[in-house]
Amino acid sequence: MSSRHVLIVEPSDIIRTGLSAMLEEEFAVQTLTDVADLQLRLQVLQPDVLLLNPTLLSAPARLTLSVLQQSRPQMAVAALVYQYVEPQLLQAFHWQLDIRAPRNQVLQMLRDCCAADTAEADEAGSYELTDRESEVLLLVAQGCSSKEIADQLNISIHTVNTHRKNITRKTGIKSVAGLAVYAMLHGMVNCEL
Amino acid sequence: MKQQHFSPHSKMADMVAANYTLILVMPRLGIPLGFGEKCVQEVCDQCALPVDFVLMICNVYTFDDYLPDISGWQSEDVRRIIAYLQASHQYYINERLPHIERHLSHLAASAGGRYGAILKQFFADYNREVRDHFDCEERELFPLLQQSEALHRPLPRHFADNHSDLVDKMKDLTQIVYKYIPGENHAEELSELIFAIMQLSSDLEKHALIEERILLPYIARQERRLP
Repeated sequence: MSSRHVLIVEPSDIIRTGLSAMLEEEFAVQTLTDVADLQLRLQVLQPDVLLLNPTLLSAPARLTLSVLQQSRPQMAVAALVYQYVEPQLLQAFHWQLDIRAPRNQVLQMLRDCCAADTAEADEAGSYELTDRESEVLLLVAQGCSSKEIADQLNISIHTVNTHRKNITRKTGIKSVAGLAVYAMLHGMVNCEL
Repeated sequence: MKQQHFSPHSKMADMVAANYTLILVMPRLGIPLGFGEKCVQEVCDQCALPVDFVLMICNVYTFDDYLPDISGWQSEDVRRIIAYLQASHQYYINERLPHIERHLSHLAASAGGRYGAILKQFFADYNREVRDHFDCEERELFPLLQQSEALHRPLPRHFADNHSDLVDKMKDLTQIVYKYIPGENHAEELSELIFAIMQLSSDLEKHALIEERILLPYIARQERRLP
């Protein structure tokens, strides 16, 4: 199998250089220092994994994760985290790489990213809820805990949490009350108001 | 990589040009608009405010990566931050939330039916929750922090992390309003509402950041220093 392409977008020379040295024996690594023209570059460089410092996405870049994901849907995007990042921004990322993680863990996470990107290729680009996700959403909106949902749908609690993460990523809605409103507006539950 | 933050010699007008939302912050700090060409130091002297404190607030609201150096802080600084947080509570409760509520009511009246009722219900619940939260802070947390002896005993843990839900819900409301409410018949009302919610949402985020990443860590630091 040809080696997978990892694109690191990170302004710090120390971190960028160190990380690419660590990854180079297993991955084909390319680096950028900023997000200028990143959408175009993704199409030229065609990385399998994008390792991105999430703070680059905040203003004034006005670039969003979904825009990046759309320009290359099959790519896995991981946040490169070593400073405070707004939780709202961070939770949009499928993967998070903590810079303090030990070497083998870093490599393993990138292998997982590569394995997942093909499996979830069409799913990552889509923002429609799957039937299963709608089911989970409905139960969340009714106030069920993840444990209760897992029991009711006969799936593991881990799977429920993955569904919940995907629901939040797709709808942009995080709170139970917000999800309940979403369900009502979409006619998934009857509201008696 | 370090961004250039505001300094005592920054012009007030330049700060506002860099971040116009500071216009909403100034009254809470006790700084009237109309500062001409004056720099931060001059305006602070005029208003009898410590320049470090004003700069800290303006920097927090403007630079996402900014966190102040709290090593040299005194109990005086804690008192000042609490006063600012209280002024913000008043501003949210007396101005921003009613403002959003008015827009929502108009929208509900013109949109009619389901959407309006659902949103009004969501917002009414939210309103209650925010008030309870502020109430609890002003009744329990702030007095505790303000008594200097409170600095010599650990703070109850339950104050640590109950902001994120309030911030999340406001953000959720933004998403719901601009993504799922059809705007054909009341575009203007809708866009005003969305701006009002977004503004409150980002203000609340900074508010939570001041409490969680500046004020409480300072208190925790004092605790660690105890014998």
